[in-house]
Amino acid sequence: MSHTDIVISGFGGQGVILTGIVLGKTISIYSDGYATMTQNFGPEARGGACTAQVVIDNDKIRYPYVQVPDIMIIMSQEAYEKHEPSLSPDGMLLFEEELVEPGPARDKIRMYGIPATRFAEELGNPMVLNMIMLGFLSGTSGLIEPIPARNAIAASVPGHFIELNHLAFNKGYQYGKGLVAGEMLAGKISG
Amino acid sequence: MVQADPVGVLTGTHYLDGDHAAAEGACSAGCRFFAGYPITPSTEVAERVALRFPLIGGTFIQMEDELASIAAVLGGSWGGLKSMTVTSGPGFSLMMENIGLGVMMEVPCVVINVQRGGPSTGLPTLPAQADMMQARWGSHGDYELIALSPNSPQECFDLTIESFNLSEQWRVPVLVMMDECIGHMTERVVIPEAGEIELVERRYTNLNPDDYLPYKPCEDLVPEMAPIGYGYRFHTTGLTHDERGYPSMNAETQQRCVGRLLDKINLNRDEIIHVDKHYLDDADIVVVSYGISSRVAIPAVEKARREGIKVGELRLVTVWPFPEKLIRELAGNVKAFIMPEINHGQVVLELERCAGGRAETRLVKHAGGWVHDPETIYEAIREAAK
Amino acid sequence: MTVTEVKPDTTRKIPEHPKSLLLRMDRMPHIWCSRCGIGITVGCFASAMEKTGLSPDDITVTSGIGCTGRVAGYVKADSFHTTHGRAIPFTVGLALTRPDLKHVVFSGDGDLISIGGNHFIHAARRNQNMLVICVNNFTYAMTGGQLAPTTPVTARATTAPYGSFERPFSLPTLAISAGASYVARWTSLHIRRITDSMTEALQRRGFRFIEIIAPCSTIYARRNKLGTGLDLMKYYYENSVIDHNASVDDLDIGFQSKIVVGKFVDKDRPSYGKSMHEHFRKVLGNKYQPPVSGKMEIDKSWSGCTESQDTTVTDEVQS
Repeated sequence: MSHTDIVISGFGGQGVILTGIVLGKTISIYSDGYATMTQNFGPEARGGACTAQVVIDNDKIRYPYVQVPDIMIIMSQEAYEKHEPSLSPDGMLLFEEELVEPGPARDKIRMYGIPATRFAEELGNPMVLNMIMLGFLSGTSGLIEPIPARNAIAASVPGHFIELNHLAFNKGYQYGKGLVAGEMLAGKISG
Repeated sequence: MVQADPVGVLTGTHYLDGDHAAAEGACSAGCRFFAGYPITPSTEVAERVALRFPLIGGTFIQMEDELASIAAVLGGSWGGLKSMTVTSGPGFSLMMENIGLGVMMEVPCVVINVQRGGPSTGLPTLPAQADMMQARWGSHGDYELIALSPNSPQECFDLTIESFNLSEQWRVPVLVMMDECIGHMTERVVIPEAGEIELVERRYTNLNPDDYLPYKPCEDLVPEMAPIGYGYRFHTTGLTHDERGYPSMNAETQQRCVGRLLDKINLNRDEIIHVDKHYLDDADIVVVSYGISSRVAIPAVEKARREGIKVGELRLVTVWPFPEKLIRELAGNVKAFIMPEINHGQVVLELERCAGGRAETRLVKHAGGWVHDPETIYEAIREAAK
Repeated sequence: MTVTEVKPDTTRKIPEHPKSLLLRMDRMPHIWCSRCGIGITVGCFASAMEKTGLSPDDITVTSGIGCTGRVAGYVKADSFHTTHGRAIPFTVGLALTRPDLKHVVFSGDGDLISIGGNHFIHAARRNQNMLVICVNNFTYAMTGGQLAPTTPVTARATTAPYGSFERPFSLPTLAISAGASYVARWTSLHIRRITDSMTEALQRRGFRFIEIIAPCSTIYARRNKLGTGLDLMKYYYENSVIDHNASVDDLDIGFQSKIVVGKFVDKDRPSYGKSMHEHFRKVLGNKYQPPVSGKMEIDKSWSGCTESQDTTVTDEVQS
């Protein structure tokens, strides 16, 4: 996989950091790549906002921080306002569509929204919003494959939550696949 | 060398940050006594040790401050267990006096410093490499110790084990000079089987108590230890002392006592120092770096190489003692040294001293709070190549 | 003038010091002044060791800095002369790694209560396993007589040339309020009582504290015109009040005031190590691995000259 800079951001309690960890594990333990995750600490991280940065590469990662984000997973309006301006002009924006109201599309940015919180509640636990978003990343971008992601989830959450998190991942994945397929049908993007 | 006790070794492939990896390094190295005081950005090391130690037969204690933490670590090591503490800038300042006691009494122990921006409270949550000279000179008096600088979570694991080995071999406090970026960065960390981890055990004397002198050095200038409670009834002190360990405060004993403490490290530098070299054979310019800076320097070196600039990289895994001999050799063959540091120029002073004016020395400084952009280092290489 | 050379009488046998088993005779004479009270406390400690039947190999002695800080250098046991104020935390490390041994901190009031004061209260709070013997001479004697946190109001010190106006600490009050499991105070006149207290405290576990008011005739007494060491002993004789049940309000010491002495606390409270062990055993069950001790590690890796001793779990953990 080529060098990809990813920002995951939302508010505390949405499982932002865990999303980063599962993504990093998927790439660096259950796939053949390298992944470095960093997160914001300090007073700003104690309050509402929470951000994880994941750098992915097929070679060793030297510079550990995100420079120009290629992909953003945004789960709050505040995170959107803060990070969207830095998104690469041909990047990809994935957002929780009931929590984030994005501005008009700019440049060649591909934007995909998902009602992840509602889906999570339908699955019986709003906590799994983050794995829905991760599945959504997989379904829309193809950056991670479902099987290694499922393995990474199993290695990261308590035993009795694995199944629920797998369901959540699948939900996001299918929804993402569906959106992309719809676009392809509509001729907006090619293969 | 002995193999690690499997009880403490969490064999497998993990996704850990540097702080957690360092804690696992300690567990694998057989560290079974930890005394510490929480301080950002090193706290996660203490937290993981607190979680792990009751499961592997270790004793963790949160002390009342850093003064107490390092003192307890020295006591714990004399008690016969591999001992460690962890801190960051302000706490490191508080530990200085007893790091000196550790040097003077020759106590094997490990101190991890996850560096943050300073001076004073500075930047608690952001990286710096600003305690490098404090590591070398922060305690009073003349002394030598060993300081390593990891540049990934994997190395936080590996070099913590290495630090315990070095501390036992040379009877000296060993500092693991991490930084916030490495400490809080999460990556793949492979923890091998216990059988693949080699450990240096403490050298206890085989002499009987009547023949034993606690500070009589062996051939490598390191004296053997005696275990407490076995009839040796030895005395040890932070005062200048003779081979009996008794205070002897005069110029002759001072020369002998301090002289040996310095020689013990200096004369064994070749055995202690570990560096990584890349493209040095034909290099006109050498980027000398350590810790996170050594990592972000690589893209800069590679970019310059692609453009035909003959630049090499010398990465200091061991920062103290400084690889003086190697720098002196290189200085005769290269045009310039470039050193990126997240400070306003610390280790570069030593580099400049050893270059002795025979090669230009350039500092790429950074006040702290972030790491160097590789472009900045690349620009410095280009500038030096002109 | 004729000079008669006096040859040493090599036939005369020097009698052995009665406490030579516990003293480093090769370091005598010691550095303490004549009429100093510290030697008395060391003598009492040697007697207490005899009474308990403990061998010097059953204990460690650790000191900080100062006149009393030199005790570790004269006691013939594994002994540690550490930095100023840090004897207690150093001993925390010793005690947690070698719970099979008795650990003694022997130091002065400035060392233990001023620069080391924070360690003192926290070690008492955690009931860390050690006997702390504090020789209180109301001053920093080795450095020439500066103000200590124990200097009585109006007493003079080099850094309080017009007399002290600071309220001093009452050390037993401090120890009691911080949770020490054994607290006693004597003066260096009370040789038998000190010895009894040390004997008793050596056999207890947890944080044990004995304060011994002792004369510093060279520095404190002279500056305050209190006469010789003998005059101070007379002062102790005339002004000491033994009251084991004294209220902490009575334990303050004024300048040449009465001194309430006694054994104020002697209670059984689980030590830090024991609390840790019991807590983890309860909450972690089978997952809990009792702490290895330094002794276990030493016996595992060392084939030294002494016979290997048993490596069973230490009594600290078992008790």
